[in-house]
This record gives sequence, C-alpha cells and structure tokens, in this order.
Amino acid sequence: MSKIQQINRRDFVKLFGLASGGIILGCNTTTVEKKFKPTISKDYFEPNLFIQIEKNGNITLIASRSEMGQGIRTSLASAIADELEADWDYISVKQAIGHEKYGNQNTDGSRSVRTKLEPMRKMGATAKLMLITAAAQKWNVAESVCKAENHHIINTQTNEKIFYGDLVENASQLEIPDEKTVQLKKVGDFKYIGKTLKSVDLKDFTHGTATYGIDVRIPNMKFAAVARCPVTFGTVKSFQKNNAEKVAGVENIIQIDRLKPPTGKFFGMLGGVAVIANNTWAAFQGKLALDIKWNKGENETFNSEEFKKTLTDRVHQVGKLVPGSHGNVNSAFKKAQQTIEATYHVPFLAHAPMEVPNATAWYQKDKIEVWAPVQDPQTARSELAHFFQIPVENITVNVTFLGGGFGRKSKSDFVVEAVAISKEIKAPVQVVWTREDDIQHSFYHATSTQYLKGGLDKNSKVTGWLQRVGFPSIVSSFKPLSDYASGFELGQGFTKNPYELQNFRLENVKAEANLRIGWLRSVVHIHSGFGINSFVDELAFAAKKDAVQFHLELIGKDRIIKGKSNYPYNSKRLKAVLNQTAKMANWGKKLPQNHGLGVAIHYSFYSYVATIVEVSVKNKNVKVENVWTTIDCGLALNKDNIKNQLEGATLFGMSLAMYGKISTENGAVEQHNFFDYQMTRIKDAPNIEIHIMDKMEEPPTGVGEPGVPVIAPAICNAIFNATGKRVRSLPLVDQGFA
Amino acid sequence: MKTDLIINKKTYTVEVQKDTPLLWVIRDIVGLTGTKFGCGVSQCGACSILLNGKLVKSCSTLVSEVAGKQIFTIEGTSENLEFLRQAWNAGNVPQCGYCQSGQLIAATSLLDKIEKPTDEDIDAVMSANICRCGTYSRIRKAIHKAVALKNKTL
Ligand code: FES
Ligand code: FES
Repeated sequence: MSKIQQINRRDFVKLFGLASGGIILGCNTTTVEKKFKPTISKDYFEPNLFIQIEKNGNITLIASRSEMGQGIRTSLASAIADELEADWDYISVKQAIGHEKYGNQNTDGSRSVRTKLEPMRKMGATAKLMLITAAAQKWNVAESVCKAENHHIINTQTNEKIFYGDLVENASQLEIPDEKTVQLKKVGDFKYIGKTLKSVDLKDFTHGTATYGIDVRIPNMKFAAVARCPVTFGTVKSFQKNNAEKVAGVENIIQIDRLKPPTGKFFGMLGGVAVIANNTWAAFQGKLALDIKWNKGENETFNSEEFKKTLTDRVHQVGKLVPGSHGNVNSAFKKAQQTIEATYHVPFLAHAPMEVPNATAWYQKDKIEVWAPVQDPQTARSELAHFFQIPVENITVNVTFLGGGFGRKSKSDFVVEAVAISKEIKAPVQVVWTREDDIQHSFYHATSTQYLKGGLDKNSKVTGWLQRVGFPSIVSSFKPLSDYASGFELGQGFTKNPYELQNFRLENVKAEANLRIGWLRSVVHIHSGFGINSFVDELAFAAKKDAVQFHLELIGKDRIIKGKSNYPYNSKRLKAVLNQTAKMANWGKKLPQNHGLGVAIHYSFYSYVATIVEVSVKNKNVKVENVWTTIDCGLALNKDNIKNQLEGATLFGMSLAMYGKISTENGAVEQHNFFDYQMTRIKDAPNIEIHIMDKMEEPPTGVGEPGVPVIAPAICNAIFNATGKRVRSLPLVDQGFA
Repeated sequence: MKTDLIINKKTYTVEVQKDTPLLWVIRDIVGLTGTKFGCGVSQCGACSILLNGKLVKSCSTLVSEVAGKQIFTIEGTSENLEFLRQAWNAGNVPQCGYCQSGQLIAATSLLDKIEKPTDEDIDAVMSANICRCGTYSRIRKAIHKAVALKNKTL
C-alpha cells in the first residue's frame, strides 16, 4: 500500500471510524461554486466531502448536509454515483460531523442540491478518471480505449473488464488529475440524475434502526427535562423542589440561567430549572412536580389578539417606503375605474417536527461532545465554543438523523441546554423537550398582517398596486429592537413581485417581537404567497376575469430579470408552470355542486410553482379533494424524491391553512400539544398530482420549500369559488371552516 | 416493581415504577429505540405497538398493565409487517422516517384485522398517526400495495 494511502486511511479512520482502506477523494467545497480542487497533501488529508472506494467495491460517501426528510443523503450520493458509473447497490452514506472543512453545512434555504450538485459530480468524475487510468496502465493501453460502466472499467478493444474494487490499489497511487481534464457527463447520458432512486435509508426507516437524536444512548447517560418560563425571557425567581425530588428516578434538580447570545449571532438558551433523572419519564414527571415562581419580565403583557389589531391599524396608515417601489400608485388609483382593498392575516406558527428538540451532551473538563439532530452543526459548535469557553477544535458535534426540522433544528438552543446541564452534573445527559415545550418555546414563524390596494382601469387591467406589510423580524432574535421586517425578509416575495406592474408601492410597518422569531419552511414566502395570491384572485373576480388568465396577463410579457444571484427570474417559466397546472386540473371544467377550484403561483428559492386546488364545502366543512402542482426546479436530481417533497409541502401548507395558529395571552403561548395545535391527518389527505418540468439543462433550484406558499391561498381561493366567502385571516378553523 | 416484559418474543426483566408508561420502559430501560415519542398524550401514534395483537399507544399504557402480555414493536417481524415493509420500500414512502415505526405498526394491525382494507378502513385506523412530513398518500398506496403483494405470493 502506498504511503499516501496509508496516511489517508489513517485520517479517514480517525475522522469517521471506518476500518477499511481504499481510495479516498475529497474536495474543497468552500470555494467549489467556482473552483474544484481535490487535494491530498502529503502529511495531512484535508477533505470536505469524500468518496471512499474499498477493495470489495463498496463505496462510502460522506454526507455533509443534515438529513431531515428531504432526501439529501440519497440525492447527493446519486450525483457522485452517476459520474462515477457506480452500481447503486454498492453505495452507502455516512453522516459528517460538524466541521468547517466541509464548507457550509447549514441545511436550510432549499439550497443543498443547488450548491453541492456540481462539486459532487466532479468528485465522481475525478474518481472515475483515476480508475480508468489505473486500468489503462494495467492493460498497457491508452486511456481513450477504456470506459467506465456499471462498476467496471471496460477495454473497448478487447471487451475485457476489471471490477472497481480490483483497481483500488493501483488507483490510490495515482496523482489526482487536474480539474481541467475532468469531464462531466452530458444530460442524455445520466443514469441516476433525473431518475427515480430509492432512499439509501429505507431499511433503517422501516425497521426502527435509524438513530435520531432522541435515540442516542451512551454509557451512564442521564435524562433531563427543563421547565422554562411561560413568558419569553422570563427568569426563575425562586423554586420549591421537594415534590419533584420525591419522584422516583429523579436524581438532581438544578437551576440553569439564560445564556443570552451576543448581538448578531447564535441562539443562546432560555434557562429555567432542569430535572435530571435516570429515565425520560421520571425527568418529565419531576418537572411537572416543580413549584416555580417566575419573574415574567416585559413580555408578560403580550397578547397576540391585541397585536393583530395593532398590526391591522398600522397597515391602514402610511408606512416606511421600501426600495424597489416604482411609479405612482396614488395617481393610478385616482384614474382607476375601480379600486379594490383587502387586509390579510397569518398567525404565529410553530414547526412541530415529529421528533421534539433534544440533544445529548458530554462536557468533560476541556472538551465537549454532542450528539444532536441539528440542521446547522457548525453554528452549534461555534456557539458552544463561545458560551463554554472551550476551543472549537475540542468540540465534536455528531449529527444524527433529524425527525423533521422545518427550520426549528437550525437553532441550537436545545444543544446549549444539554451542554450546560452536563457541565453542572459532570455526566453525559440527554435533554428531551416535551411536545408542550416544543409548542410553547419555539422560535416562531412570525405573524403578519398586510393591506393591499389595487386599481383596475376600464379594460380591467391592473394599473396600481399598493402593499403594506408588518411582521416581527427574524433579526429580532439576533439584535434587540429590530422592529421592522428586514430587507432580506421582504426580498422573499414582497419586493420580488413576479408581476409586471407599472405602479408598485411597498411599505413596511412597525412590528415588535415579543416571542422568539425564527424561520419555518418557506419562511416569509408564506406571507407574501398568501397575500399576493389571495389579492390577485380578488382582483380577477372584480375584473370579471378568469383567474388563471388574469395571473398570466399580470405576469406579462416574457422577460428575464437578473438579480444578484446566478438565477435570473424568467417570467416565461412562471407562465409555463401555470399553463401546465391548468391543463392537469382541467381548469374551467364543470364542477360538482359545492366544489370550487382555486389557483396560486409563487416563485421562491429560484423555483417556479403553480398549484390548483379543488375543494368541496358542505356546511362549512372543507375537504381538499384534489391538488395539482407543477414545479420548475431546473435540473431535477431525484424525481421521486422531488414529488415526495411536494406532496409533503402540500400537507404542510394544508396544516397551516386549516389549523395553524399559535396565540398568546399574558405573554404565554396558549397551545399545548397536537390536540390544540392540530396537524392534517391521512383522512384529510387529498389526491395529489405533481408534475416536474423537464429542465435538465438548467441549474437545479430549491425543492423542499417552494411547494408550501401556494397551498393556503389556493385553498382559500377555492373556498371562495365554491361558496362566495373570502377567507382573509388564517387559519380556516377560526373562520368557522373545518 | 420488578416485572417481566415479553417484547418481540424475548423476555426482559426490568425494575421500574409501576406507573411508568410502557414507551419509556421500552426506550430508556430495555433500550429498543425504534418506538418513538411524539406527543405523550395519545395524539400522534408515533409510539404505537401491538399488545397481545391489539394496537395501543405505548405512551399511554402503563407498564403495570402489560405483564405477561405479548408486546410487538417495530424491531419485530411478522408476515404482514414484512409485506408492508416491502410496499413501503417500493413506494419510497418515508421522508424523515420518524413517524414510520408507528405508521407501520398501525398498518400491521390494520392488515391483521382486515385482509383487504378500503380507503375508509385505512382512514379509520391510520388517522391516529401524524406524519408531519406529509407522506399520507404514499402510506395509503403502500397499504394497498402490501395487500397486492401478499395476494400474489399466496
Ligand atoms: S407519543 Fe404516544 S401517541 Fe404520541
Ligand atoms: S416521515 Fe417525517 S414525520 Fe412522517
């Protein structure tokens, strides 16, 4: 075995505990968007992503992004396997720890495939090239007569072939070729990319053997539950622990104080009283038996119903002008044949992933090890280094499977809690949140209110569009007194309005935060998608025009708008998804009695989505019968996975449309568990038909989130179509629909 | 109390408080973590198990009620569960996978009771299980598929 390989192998073993040798490749993904530099230095292997090929032909890939149900482990593996001409049955995937050498690991913003596809493909192609070179040397022929096919290199002159595993020894002694000599496959030659591949984790998922954070078991670990102040940022005044101590299994009760993040980064933790026990249940029971007096602090006066009124008042007065506004709406309204006004509202929402927040931590003198379901392991790691004053290199964050994330698990407050408790009790500990903790102490999706006014001329063309919006900003979680929605938030569908509008004015009104605010699957697009699509439907009705036709006219002529990103907005693609969906839904067909159709379109995470929903409404009983959705997400990496994501987004959107509401009284969240924070269930699930546009030559764009924003407005528009009743304030249950 | 639990035909002797919910005994004391916690109050089905063949929520079943009874979890195997697993694979059902232990156990109990369930039968039993990822249409199709697979082999 060559020296390089020995060194590689040792480091590989050190980092990931893989015992077998083989050829290993890495590439530097911090700069990969442009450059690809596979590097194996003589004395230290510093890879970001890996392929390891073993002598038995097995290929292990390291997944640097967290798996939370979006199928990323499978998708990225398939890209490597395709370029490598590997047999899918030989592929397995291992999860990376949190480390900056993997480049950005923050799994959010629907961008994993968008940013990682090309580097992954190049890694596969590089490995293939090396295997070809190794075979060519063995046969003593030119590389050009060799080709890779199904885990073998084939000599095209003699039809001899060598199995990949048998080339490992030779290939691993080769220099890694220059990037310029690495060629990627043509779209037509793809074997896995753009096809349907089964998840690499199916066996574990169907046997209960996938290890989620909550399943981590380490020797001598304790279990903990934390009682936190019902009012955000309240603190412990005093507490009685006698009754809690009497709970069998409870071993220790300690106060943990709030860790306040420094301005601009991290999440800190809320603090409270931690009950440590020898099993989860005892910790939960001990927590319930605590008698705690709280200093509730200034958020105690926060009532979400009142706040809704405040926001409604504010959006009916002039707000701060947002850059990007153009033309003159006032004169447009003066000249208009008719003007239409409407005010829309979306409540606070919680993510409620099926796996509650939890983390296992072991704090030992000068090092920390953590096992946790985190979307952003690097931030968790730096955050721990900050709060516990331990050098970042002594902190290991092991990423488990995530039982859903939806944005909740990119905030690592639950990890900080586990470490704080482990430090105090000097033992490994798993902190588990109850469902009530999860619902009452989240980083909430902000509530929003928006006012829209539109002018129609005598030809029923939209001549002016005014939109005023107010919602507490995510920035408030990083910077106190951030009382207005920020530019990046308004950029999610408000400033980047997809329609061709001559006179457009966007205003932002004050909205202070009295809860921790965070991002939830598709983030601000939930507000912009709901407001804009509902309003366009109202305009179309006022204009006595067909809603699909009206959207198409508003999108206007074919145009491409280049922004700062590499993904220009192309109005043609938006019109194409809408036309396709209308065709699938047979838009305009005659509907059974009590049925209605509603349409919504949205451009988010650089993907184009159009959805049509068919509902039936009997005695205010809404049933979503059918949903047709088309997505243009550029190159479709794993088609069946994309469909699964969009089906899931449909149900996620339905949950928030029908039931989604977090409210507060005297600062405390009023919901508790799934009985009062409801989810859609299988009996509510509609028929769903998904179409993916064939855009294999375009770069891939977001998939996990773009299917969400269209659902609520399409449902409400369908209800209007069926009943003539317009729902402007979510959720539907609050409007008497269920 | 000291008690014997029979889980997937194997006997485990545990020392626990008698009012501990079975879920936590299985997960934290026996150490079988395939059965999941989702809500703790019979609302989500993540903790579903079979008790003497009957579908129950282990989060709301006390350990004192199960002595001597057959406990069946996702780590176990049965004819219907295997057909369901095959169908789950064929339909690429799971997303995050977290709810799927409970979904598979609930579906097993459905097929144990009804050979060829209709959509209404599926709704009646499976509506007790939440999937936040929204894999419901695939679950429905996979249950029908499992029945088809079973009929083919019979
Ligand atoms: S955990 Fe038992 S039903 Fe939810
Ligand atoms: S697959 Fe994630 S909750 Fe069901």
